[in-house]
This record gives sequence, C-alpha cells and structure tokens, in this order.
Amino acid sequence: MTIIYILASVSFIFGLKMLSHPASARKGNLIAAAGMTLAIFGTIFLYRNEAGEKLHNYGWIFSGIILGSIVGTLVAKKVKMTAMPEMVSMFNGMGGACAALISMIEYGHYSHLLETDTLLAVSDYRMTILIIVLGLIIGSVSFAGSMIAWGKLNGTVGDFSFKGQSIINILFLIAILCMGAYIISNPTHPFMIYVLFALALLYGIMFTMPIGGADMPVVISLLNSFTGVAAAIGGFLYDNKVMLTGGILVGAAGTLLTVLMCKAMNRSLLNVLIGSFGGGNSAVSNGNSSAGGTIKEISLSDAATVMAYANKVIIVPGYGLAVAQAQHVCHELEKQLEERGVEVKYAIHPVAGRMPGHMNVLLAEADVSYDKLAEMDEANEELKNTDVALILGANDVVNPAAKTDPSSPIYGMPIIDVEQAKTVIVNKRSMKPGYAGIENELFFRPKTSMLFGDAKKVLQELVTEIKNV
Amino acid sequence: MSEFLTFVSTHQQMFYIVILMIFVGVEVIGRVPSVLHTPLMSGANAIHGVVIIGAIIVMGKAEPGNTVALILGFIAVFLGTLNVVGGFVVTDRMLEMFKSKKKN
Repeated sequence: MTIIYILASVSFIFGLKMLSHPASARKGNLIAAAGMTLAIFGTIFLYRNEAGEKLHNYGWIFSGIILGSIVGTLVAKKVKMTAMPEMVSMFNGMGGACAALISMIEYGHYSHLLETDTLLAVSDYRMTILIIVLGLIIGSVSFAGSMIAWGKLNGTVGDFSFKGQSIINILFLIAILCMGAYIISNPTHPFMIYVLFALALLYGIMFTMPIGGADMPVVISLLNSFTGVAAAIGGFLYDNKVMLTGGILVGAAGTLLTVLMCKAMNRSLLNVLIGSFGGGNSAVSNGNSSAGGTIKEISLSDAATVMAYANKVIIVPGYGLAVAQAQHVCHELEKQLEERGVEVKYAIHPVAGRMPGHMNVLLAEADVSYDKLAEMDEANEELKNTDVALILGANDVVNPAAKTDPSSPIYGMPIIDVEQAKTVIVNKRSMKPGYAGIENELFFRPKTSMLFGDAKKVLQELVTEIKNV
Repeated sequence: MSEFLTFVSTHQQMFYIVILMIFVGVEVIGRVPSVLHTPLMSGANAIHGVVIIGAIIVMGKAEPGNTVALILGFIAVFLGTLNVVGGFVVTDRMLEMFKSKKKN
C-alpha cells in the first residue's frame, strides 16, 4: 500500500515534469494517469482502517467509478477542440464538488460521533473539524466558480456585476469565515454545515460572476489550484500521503501558473481576485471615447494580392479563429503563400484565445509546424521586417491602447505590435469590441484595413483568390 | 493554540511533505514554455483528481445503513472519476496534436 502510494506520488511529479517539455508531454500525461490508476486500485483493495478492516460497499464504489469513467471518456472525446477550456473548467468543478462532498460526509460522521459519545472531548477533534470545514469551503467555492467559468466560456452565462460588488464579496467571505469558526467551536449541529455549504457556493458564484471573459483563464487556473489544496486537505484528513502529494503539487504548480498568466496580462492577482476588472460598463465607455475616426475596408482580391506579393506575412490568430474552427483553412492559406515563396509565421500572444497556449493547441491540430509559431517577443522583433500582418479574430492582444492609454483597463499588458509591419489586415466578424470590452484604436489607423466576415469563410475565399493571382 | 501544536507534531511528516511539495511544484512548473500552459493546466487538473481516493475511503467506511452518506459518497466517487478520467483524456487529446505535428 505504502509502496503503491510512493510510486503514484513519484509518477505525478514525473508526469508534471514531463508535461512541461513538448517532446515528452504526452508520455508524462500517461505516466501520471498510470500512477493515478495504481493509487485508485491500491486504495480499493489494500486499504485498511485503524482496526485493520477492509473497505466495504464495493458495489457502490465500482458502479460510481465505472459510470464516471464512461461519462468522462465520452464527454472528453466528443468535445470540440475549441471547447477544451470549458471542459477543463468543468472537470475541475467536479473535483471541487467531490472534495466538498467528502467534507460534508465526514462532518456528519464526526458531529454524530461527538453528539452520541459524551466521553469524547470536543477539543481533541477541533483540528479535524477545522480541516473538514476548510475542505468544504475551498471545495465548494471551486465547484461553484468552475461551473460559472464553464458557463461563461460557453456563452450561457453573461457578465454580471453591480456597484459595490467587491465589498459584498468581502462581506460574504467574512460571513463564511465566521460561520466556519462557529462550526469549529460548536461542532454538534449537523445542520450548520449545509448552511456553510450554501454560503460557500454563493461566494463561488459571486466571485466568478463579475470577472470578464479575458480573465477566465486566470480564474480557472486559480480554481484549479484551489481544488488541489482541497485535495491536499483530504490528505490530512485521512493521513493519506498520495492525496497530500498530488494536491499540494497541483496547488503549488497551479498558483505559480496563475501568477505567470497574470504577469502575461500585466494584472495583479489581487486585482483579479477582488473582481474589480469586470470588463464592466465603465471600461467600454472609456474605450469608446478615446477611439474614433474612419475605418478602411479591403476587398478579398486586394487582400489576396497584397499577401501573395509580400515577402513575409505574419498571422496573428485569436479567439475568432477558434470560434470559426478556421485553423485548417489557415494552414491551407499558409501553404498557398509558401508555394509562392512568401515567408509565413504565426505570432502567438501568451493569452490569445481563452487559455494560455490555446492558439498553439489549435494550430497544432491543423498540423502547423512547430517552428512557425513565434512567441510574442520574437514576433515583435520579426514584425519590423514584415510586409503584411494578418490578424484573425484577435483584438485585445493587438490593441495599441495597452501601450498608449493609461486609462484603458488593459494598459500595460504586453501586446503584439502589429503596427511595425508595413500593412495590417484585420479579419473580424464585426466592429464589436473584443473580449475585454474595449474599442481598438488599431482599426482606425491608416495602415489598417478591415476584412469583415467569419474567419473560416474569409480564409477559404482568400485561398481561392491567391490561387488565381 | 496547544491543539494546533499537538496536531503539528503528530502530523510532522505531513507538514514536511507539504513544504517539500510546494517547492517541487514550483520547480517543476518554473520552466514551462507558454505553449504548454493549457495542457499543463489540464494535466494538473487531472492529477488533483486524487480526491477520488478520499471519496473511495469515505464510501468504503460508510455503514451500509447510512443512506445519506452512501448517496453522497456515490456522487463523490462519480464526480471524482469524472475529474480523473475526463482530465487525462482531454489532456491526451490536446497532446496528441502536438505529437502528430512532430512527425511532419
């Protein structure tokens, strides 16, 4: 049993380590999965409690596992590539809910124990209750938050914020903490734990609700590390080392990942946490007033000609590309241009799309070769001698306001500086502002020409046009 | 406070693990290229599915007569599995694409 747990823990560490190198990533994932399987079956068959008894209720356990595996595999296999971020969020929520449920059952167990057996001193169990309460709070916040994040990425839940929301959120948090403290000092009211559960769920919702879509990746990563901590708390509860290792590992890694993402967007974690950004109304009106002027449209054939005779084209993909599922056509365009001797590269902003790395995953699906993808700094260097920058459904990551307008909510975020290129062609569905809800001055610049339409359709037509040039 | 101190000393090992794991977690992630952020997040997401072990233990300990615990435990096991299996499959699907591209 111990050996199995050690093996599993090591496999998690190696798995994560290998996941951070492109070449070994897949193997790393499989290793972690194998470790997990080992740990699960080890627990089922070898677990003994203090009295040396085996577990029972095998029927329930196995039916839960089998049902979960089937549903999990089906859902994960069926989901479209563009919906991956939502999926991660949803599975994360499941983990959080699982942790919360464990805490609820254990609380019921202990509170029953303390009530019936007066010989037990409450103080001996205080730490255990504290752990249970913490597990419940973190688990349910993570669950509710993930569900909202899932809905938001899905488009089913809109942004919702009101004045003073951050104050109310803080009040909520205080209420939850007081409630938790009360339960810890009086652990014999089984009913209270449900109230706490409800409160924590509400807080999770309130916490995620006002956060704008551009921040969703950060939030998901944060909730991910929350669930990790919840799992680790479970490890404390059962003196279970593999849960502790896995949980803390994810907690630490997830927190670091969150900070890395925040840095990429130049926002502080606190700022995201209090939820003051919101992509709210004030931001939109701010942007509107600063941008203006006329936009220039370009016809398909013109765009095709410009690109076909360019020496170097840099494509800046964004969420629009993902929505339109245009990655294959995009690759097609790249091949067409290369046949004509045009050098094509992709500039990937770290937060383009809805998750860091979203664009890489997407383009990888379309077999775009690895060395064509340039990270932001590299791309900005190359843009200086680029003829055409083609922006596909990206907006905020190329918005010059991040550099010039201190009142803009994205001020200070590093951007892909497409204006260094000789010509900029922007493909968008409409003039609507991007995910952060702010206008983009870039579209009004003299160098920029707009090519309206769905990314996939436009690209297909571009490919045909280029063939004819 | 004294309760806390006794807790720490009885669970020393656990605290060592916590501290070491924090460093390992930070160390392992520190040098990841941003290309792999999404798969990494997804992989980490699958790994914290270890909560399922807690769910299994809860379930296995519940007295057969305790319906509430059984039902909640069943849901917990189900959700935990969903987290583990779904997480790994999604990660694998993402990484599959990196692989197929490597061959070209």
